[in-house]
Amino acid sequence: MEKRLRDIAEEARRSLDSVSSLAELDEIRVRFLGKKGELTRVLRKMGMVPAEERPRIGQLANEVRDVIEKSLAGRIEAVKERVKEERLRQEGIDVTLPGLPVTRGRKHPITLVTEEIAGFFLGLGYSIAEGPEIELDYYNFEALNIPKDHPARDMQDTFFIEPEILLRTHTSPVQVRAMEKATPALPVKIIAPGRVYRRDDDATHSPMFHQVEGLVVDRHIALSDLKGTLDLFARKMFGIGIHTRFRPSYFPFTEPSLEVDISCVMCGGDGCRVCSSTGWLEILGSGMVHPRVLEMSGYNSEEVTGFAFGLGVERIAMLKYGIDDMRLLFENDLRFLQQF
Amino acid sequence: MLVSFKWLQEFVDIDISPADLADRLTMAGLETGRIIEPGKDITGVVTGRVDDVSPHPNADKLLVVKVSNGAETFQIVTAATNIAQGDVVPVALEGARLAGGVVIKRAKLRGIESQGMMCSGRELGLDQKIMPAEQAHGIMILPPGTPLGVDARQVLGLDDVVLELELTPNRGDCLSIIGVAREVAALLGKDFRMPVPVFPEMPESIEGQVRVDIHKPDLCRRYVARLIKNVRAGSSPLWVQQRLRCAGIRPISNIVDVTNYVMLELGQPLHAFDYDLLTGHHIIVRLAGKDEKITSLDGVERELDPDMLVIADPSGAVAIAGVMGGLNSEVTPDTKSVLLESAFFDPVSIRRTAKRLGLSSESAQRFEKGIDLSGCTRAVDRAAQLIQDMGAGEVVAGVVDNYPCPAVEKAIVLRPSRVTHVLGVDVSVSAMQNVLSGLQFKIRDDGNEMLVTVPVHRTDVNVEIDLIEEIARMYGYHRLPCTLPGGSATPGYKTAEQLFTDKIRDVLAEAGLFEVVTYSFISPGIFDLINLPPEHLLRRAVSVKNPLSEEHSVMRTIMWPGLLEVLVRNYNRQVKNGTVFEIGHVFYPRGEGRQPAECPMLAAVVTGRTRGGWNQAPREMDFYYLKGFLEIIFDRAGVSEVSYLPEKTNPSFHPGRTACLVSDDCFLGIIGEIHPDVLEKFGLGQRAAAFEIDLTALFKVCKGGKKYQPISRFPGVDRDLAVVISQDVPAQEVFKVIRESGGMLLKEVELFDLYYGRQVPEGCRSMAFTLKFQALDRTLTDTEVTGCLDNIANDLRLRLGAKLRV
Ligand SMILES: [Zn+2]
Repeated sequence: MEKRLRDIAEEARRSLDSVSSLAELDEIRVRFLGKKGELTRVLRKMGMVPAEERPRIGQLANEVRDVIEKSLAGRIEAVKERVKEERLRQEGIDVTLPGLPVTRGRKHPITLVTEEIAGFFLGLGYSIAEGPEIELDYYNFEALNIPKDHPARDMQDTFFIEPEILLRTHTSPVQVRAMEKATPALPVKIIAPGRVYRRDDDATHSPMFHQVEGLVVDRHIALSDLKGTLDLFARKMFGIGIHTRFRPSYFPFTEPSLEVDISCVMCGGDGCRVCSSTGWLEILGSGMVHPRVLEMSGYNSEEVTGFAFGLGVERIAMLKYGIDDMRLLFENDLRFLQQF
Repeated sequence: MLVSFKWLQEFVDIDISPADLADRLTMAGLETGRIIEPGKDITGVVTGRVDDVSPHPNADKLLVVKVSNGAETFQIVTAATNIAQGDVVPVALEGARLAGGVVIKRAKLRGIESQGMMCSGRELGLDQKIMPAEQAHGIMILPPGTPLGVDARQVLGLDDVVLELELTPNRGDCLSIIGVAREVAALLGKDFRMPVPVFPEMPESIEGQVRVDIHKPDLCRRYVARLIKNVRAGSSPLWVQQRLRCAGIRPISNIVDVTNYVMLELGQPLHAFDYDLLTGHHIIVRLAGKDEKITSLDGVERELDPDMLVIADPSGAVAIAGVMGGLNSEVTPDTKSVLLESAFFDPVSIRRTAKRLGLSSESAQRFEKGIDLSGCTRAVDRAAQLIQDMGAGEVVAGVVDNYPCPAVEKAIVLRPSRVTHVLGVDVSVSAMQNVLSGLQFKIRDDGNEMLVTVPVHRTDVNVEIDLIEEIARMYGYHRLPCTLPGGSATPGYKTAEQLFTDKIRDVLAEAGLFEVVTYSFISPGIFDLINLPPEHLLRRAVSVKNPLSEEHSVMRTIMWPGLLEVLVRNYNRQVKNGTVFEIGHVFYPRGEGRQPAECPMLAAVVTGRTRGGWNQAPREMDFYYLKGFLEIIFDRAGVSEVSYLPEKTNPSFHPGRTACLVSDDCFLGIIGEIHPDVLEKFGLGQRAAAFEIDLTALFKVCKGGKKYQPISRFPGVDRDLAVVISQDVPAQEVFKVIRESGGMLLKEVELFDLYYGRQVPEGCRSMAFTLKFQALDRTLTDTEVTGCLDNIANDLRLRLGAKLRV
């Protein structure tokens, strides 16, 4: 009997070694430990064992059951693990295949640049002002110190709707509207992005384009404030290593008037085709608000001063993204648009 | 303006290179573009005399020419026909280099050796347009007496450097060599030398020989005349010609060239009349008469308006004042006596006249920016001197100077404290004085203030800020510090509308639409393309008076057709699938004299199929695809109740696949598939859907301020409900009835099946919904849910005639 028990243990061990599925394991469990299993069958014959031997044989039987149960449990764990591994292996995919197509969209580069500019100035405490695209001659010219028959009118070839109504040639009329609305409150601190129109059409001009106007009016605004603001802006927009250059210019509604150049983003200032070998790129016009403009808008030009600037969004987008033809921005080729 | 470096040097000593000067000028506000070196490429071209011209023995069209450089004689074969024995010409000998880099080699032409070539203007880099007519073609003939064997660049003045100045319109005073020289002198701290013409005059006086009457002294503040007699018409000397050419002006004849030369040098436009053609030798400055006409020098007959200023004699107009002379008084080769005019005309008047006649002459450009009223006599004297010097005529003694409105010297108070205030930097009073006196301003210092007298030629300086700018630009902007505005802090913010627009743009781009930017002006033909009947409201567009083309001649009243155009253009470039949107304005007229209305709109158009892939089939982008985007917008905008009212009559849209959008009784816009007829007219061979939303209306109905809705902790119950219902009942109605009768306990309604076909009666469809019931405060009993469901079914039957499907 003792031998039989030891044989059972040995048999069970051997059977367990060769199984690979949970079903087989179950079979083994039934075969050795089940109600009609080998072990039970042996124990039924316990009556034939002499009484003094029984405790020892009983203990041995329990030990054999324990061993079989433990190895069985161990095997089940192992097989489960193997089965899981097998499933995972079978579920393997080619991770290099393309993913599920999700529809893609983009904002227009003009929007992206405008948002970047607006973001900078919002952070400096500017608000966003708007004005009509179809403007009165008064706001587009007269109130900006450009009377009728002023030679400066030639600087901006104008689309007319009626003799006194036109498509605004710049966002500067928003300056006047913003001041008229605010006066006598101070400070006025706005930017005005928007569409503008001029009678030009070639690789570097479009009859419609976008500008961002800026205006600050307060008691102690100086030219150095303009310089500091725009220098910071240029470096935020084009990189900290960029240099700025402030050059005298002329706009009827600012005085002194300045043009702002940045060191060429293409060649770093050595001279190339983009900067016509000068090493500089003009990016915006600016100046101190002309006293006459302040007066016409309702401010006392002795008490307040201000600065204004206007920049071309397309120009900046072209420099930023290396776009060489302005017309691309208005063709709306989807292959172009999806690059931004 | 083109400025000769050598010419400048006559009036100021320049000790820096042309490139450095260009930089200095640019940084002082006289932006300098190109630096042109006309003779840069040319070497080895010398003057030579034609000693013999004989026919080529083997070729009809060639000549064999013997040319001497004074020391040696060379043989040259040429095809030119305009040379004769004795002519002095530029000769390029072996090894010489011409403009454009051509190198001359010895050659044999039809058996005869040629040791070089004679040059035309083109080979020396001269533009044909600025060559005298007789020299525009063929070999360039130099004046007799030109020394031989000399570098031709020197003879032709090609060893100069020309600066191209891009002047701002306020600096009319710099439209001259002396104007630029004055700036250069101030910049470099050198003396400016004003030319003082000295010349002999004839014994006879101009008195009694010329009469000048100014009828409009406000438009002609000064008129100076000089008389030249014994005129010998001819061409002007090479150096005069070359200086004109440097400035882009074509040499014509000695008298005309002198007037142009003086204009370039001093900035005063001059005009030369044939004295004998002036009736009564009497100049009258007056307005044009009604219907008066004149044939200008360019041969065009021009009708004059009564507010145009003319120069006339008693029998009629002889010039359009300051703009262009008349053919009837032109200086010709037969002219014996010349009357030189040096006048000051009102800038605005000249500008109007030039603009209206479409004539932008060099003269008009200067008058309209304001010339130096004090310089009229100097200019006419300078011309007389040149004419005398070149032997083109003799100068009658004296001038007629009719000067009804003399120049007034402006005096401006300048406060040094104000300079500091505006610039944000302390500039010393002595530095200010240096700058201003360098620019020929006169200063009287009164302690706290300066009284600054402006030189007459600075018509652009009128108030204190103008002086501050002069100080700033000469002081140098690079010397200003960089500061940021102080004062009270301001919050930078966007308005609710601006944030709303930004959000819509972000949502649509993230959800899969591409933002486009199209022109605000469109072609009126687009209204035909989208099937609008005549007299349709949208056809009433604001039109541009002077469009670049018909294509861009009216302001859009509608946006989606522009987007459809974009997709068609992409389609024609083989990008067949497109999803685009735009946010922009449309414009509606509000009657003459009134500013049109501008409304912010949102439009989107889709066409083609969605992106497919190896594991997902593409699907057609139809009405429902596009509607999905609208639903996202309405969701994000917090617009809850939007009715889609079927729109069957819009001529641009598919009658069965279009809806008007209404919320809170507010018309929001339209969504639909584009009418097949419209697609055909656009040339698009596939379905397209569009929507156009009025953003003002949408903003009005959107509910700001989100409020939290509590989430139930009790389980919900899902029940399905299938009904058969007439196809005429829109789904939206069915949803509405279900929601209304489901009440508080009905949390969600989802349509999961829609079926037309055999099991369903004709004209009906089957709709199957999953309804979710849930209460906030308890677990619902089966009886409660069944009760609700029965209610809903009952209402659907009573209100919409639906039959429950089992
Ligand atoms: Zn560059």
